[in-house]
Amino acid sequence: MTNLTGFSMPDLGPVMPEIVMTCLALLILLADLVIKRKETIAFLSIVSVAAVTYLLVGSTGITFNGMFIADNYSLFFKLIFMLNVVLTVLISVKYIAIEKVNFGEYYSLILLSTLGMMLMASAGDLITLYLGLELMALSTYVLAGFLRHDIKSNEAAMKYFLLGAFASAFLLYGTSLIYGLTGTTDLKAISSYISVNGLSGNPVLTLSMTMFAVAFSFKIAAVPFHMWAPDVYEGSPTSITAFMSVGPKAAGFAVLGRVFMTAFGAARIEWTGILIPIAILTMAVGNIAAISQINIKRMLAYSSIAHAGYVLLGIIAGTSEGTASVLNYLFIYAFMNIGAFAVVIMLRSEGFKGDDISDYEGLAKTHPLAAALMLVFMFSLTGIPPTAGFMGKFYIFMSAISAGYTWLAVIAVIFSAISAYFYLRIVMYMYMKEPKAAVQLSVSPGIALALTITVIAVLVIGVLPSKVINVARIAARF
Amino acid sequence: MVPLNWYLMLSAVVFMIGVFGFLTRRNIIIMFMSIELLLNAVNISLVAFSHYLQDMRGQILAVFIITVAAAEAAIGLAIIIALFRNKDTVHADEMSEMKG
Repeated sequence: MTNLTGFSMPDLGPVMPEIVMTCLALLILLADLVIKRKETIAFLSIVSVAAVTYLLVGSTGITFNGMFIADNYSLFFKLIFMLNVVLTVLISVKYIAIEKVNFGEYYSLILLSTLGMMLMASAGDLITLYLGLELMALSTYVLAGFLRHDIKSNEAAMKYFLLGAFASAFLLYGTSLIYGLTGTTDLKAISSYISVNGLSGNPVLTLSMTMFAVAFSFKIAAVPFHMWAPDVYEGSPTSITAFMSVGPKAAGFAVLGRVFMTAFGAARIEWTGILIPIAILTMAVGNIAAISQINIKRMLAYSSIAHAGYVLLGIIAGTSEGTASVLNYLFIYAFMNIGAFAVVIMLRSEGFKGDDISDYEGLAKTHPLAAALMLVFMFSLTGIPPTAGFMGKFYIFMSAISAGYTWLAVIAVIFSAISAYFYLRIVMYMYMKEPKAAVQLSVSPGIALALTITVIAVLVIGVLPSKVINVARIAARF
Repeated sequence: MVPLNWYLMLSAVVFMIGVFGFLTRRNIIIMFMSIELLLNAVNISLVAFSHYLQDMRGQILAVFIITVAAAEAAIGLAIIIALFRNKDTVHADEMSEMKG
């Protein structure tokens, strides 16, 4: 490359998947003008994700002066995001037709939101982090309000937007404080500045870390910044609820891990002091509030809050084993949560909402297969062997214990026992009650494929967990 | 020359006004304006730090924030209009379709 004016072209290899993703998302937006069958758009978006996944595996490296890091850690997260897109698109095709919002923009917004998540996972600088976060968040606000004529969806988008924007302002204030303190926004440079100058314990640093913790807690829906989650999950289109409960949460954990482990690695004692109360509160509020819910989307919202609490344990452990267990858990969580939402979506048919827990009464008698699938996902979310959910929790708690947080693991186990009540209540409704009214299932090839993938993954990872955890262990070294 | 501290205090005060406005006002448009205040408070401190440190990063981030804030305003207002068409209100306390 010519270097006439001191400008040299950065290496575009590591960032190629993101570039291709941007082009494909915009192409799909254009293709929507000429293609009238929206199933084709859905198919095209799955093809684009496959193309990006193919590129992802080969592109690693650091580029743009350390602003963009494509390493194994980000690769693992990006694979979770890709999986999330494929499963969400598969469960959406029929659903958005039933909801009468069958527009092509839906798919391109999902891809753009995923692009934001990919940038977040690869952020080596607070500026990249902020831009990725906003791209993800702005696309998700629109998706949450996608049912334009449904007042609940409008309200969900409004609440998500206001609180999300409020949280990103905190992220920015934290960034500006750290910039003033260290003179840089590069995560590695911040880390070395803090350890060279012995800044751990500095009040400005603690304030800034608190601001970051607030902003990331909003994204992963951790207590006390979880208030938006139940309302947004209930009001959004169910397919988007599934998407939001996995993608933005995993992206939030990706940046939480990278910022706190890399940039604030020297001030570990301070930030574990911030995160431990958040984790305990999250597990407590998530599991206890879920007990009294009568709407299944709301119940799954509180369940996803509780799961964020368990995953925080892996971050608090601070070891590479802890990080590996976080990656492993989020990977498993993607399967079991989207699987559960796929069953919820099947109950939605023309003129029937199907999101009350009482709609599940006697499902085993009328639709035994759907009930059996829901049973597997509920067992997995509870953490009962031989499902994947058990292995996820097992590695998280093991890493917390080996890092010396046995008491925290005990608290987590107690709360996860409480969670059995509301998960198994669904199972009880399905198998031990008589059906009230005939529930019509809306089955489509897409949803059948998604359910097959998720249920096989949940059972296989539950029996043979070593493959995933070993890949996660490699990815956790960053 | 105005010392750095003054800018930082200005920024902190504007940020506080924004937080207070967001938490106490119940009109969505005013809550939205409070968010703009928060972002501009950050911009003040970033530009002040950037000048003080003689480093361009802060100003670069400030320009990005202005750009993103514009995109955010477009999406926020679109959501408000969609809500207003269905509900005829921009009052946050009346957004109570979902509770629990």
